[in-house]
Amino acid sequence: MNELVTSRADRTARSRAVRRGFRVLVVEAIGPLTVLAGIVWAFAQPYRVTFFYPEGKGFWDWVVQPPLLVVLVGLLFAILVAPGIVEDLEADERGDAPAG
Amino acid sequence: MLPRAEIAHWLFAAGFLFFALVLLAEAIVGPEVFRRRRWRAYLWPSLALFAGVWLWVIAIFSTFSTLHLLAHSAWAEAATAAGAVQLAVVRGRLRSPYWSLVTAGALFVSGAPFLVHEQNGWLFSRSAFLHHLIGWTLVAAALLPVGAALRPRRAIWAYGFAVTWIAIAVMLFTDRDIAPIFGHLSDLAGGGAR
Repeated sequence: MNELVTSRADRTARSRAVRRGFRVLVVEAIGPLTVLAGIVWAFAQPYRVTFFYPEGKGFWDWVVQPPLLVVLVGLLFAILVAPGIVEDLEADERGDAPAG
Repeated sequence: MLPRAEIAHWLFAAGFLFFALVLLAEAIVGPEVFRRRRWRAYLWPSLALFAGVWLWVIAIFSTFSTLHLLAHSAWAEAATAAGAVQLAVVRGRLRSPYWSLVTAGALFVSGAPFLVHEQNGWLFSRSAFLHHLIGWTLVAAALLPVGAALRPRRAIWAYGFAVTWIAIAVMLFTDRDIAPIFGHLSDLAGGGAR
């Protein structure tokens, strides 16, 4: 076969690899993007962060600060969930056995 | 020491956001890869059950109004039922895709109390606006699991379900006990709390 001609199987495998790479990128980006959204929100509406406006705030206002909750959710996802998914996607690409 | 209603809503918003990110990740990589680790497969049913338990707790403390007591109980029931059925699906006890109709029912049963127990118009206050918006969002989103039951192979239902919960989280984060919506706030809003 001429080297300029790509077989249909090669093209399918390549496009599958590209799609998998894109999915890895998106899964890895979800956590940091959520963290970024929380930080942007904190600067856009600083009055929703008790650290910036501490006067007259009670216990729950210190515990629950919405923009910081968003940052926390993003961090939890990035640390606890995303790495395992990426690992499994890459294992899938290599054709490894399930991680279990 | 009990938190204000808006504080409880923001905590739920954070929980729903995490739930949504998990669902979004599952939609992106597909259930085969996502469920390769057992704990991940159990994540969404467990989160739904956890939300159900906390909604029961809130129902217990919603003694200030019968309407709120009933509404929170309906949400608790819906979340518990959806979580329990999904748990059985993940465990392999239930195999038919039609079991996602239970999730559809849970979304509808969750949306209806929002609409029924909000007696004021959309622009009465931010809280009233959010009741209408969240209610209609959940009722409309009930079609997604119906789609998943009829056409289980299409990823659009999973993406739609995840995006719905991101939207619900955003709506709950915008909630305040008494606040205007688009510059409107009825003089009657808040009752004695203002």
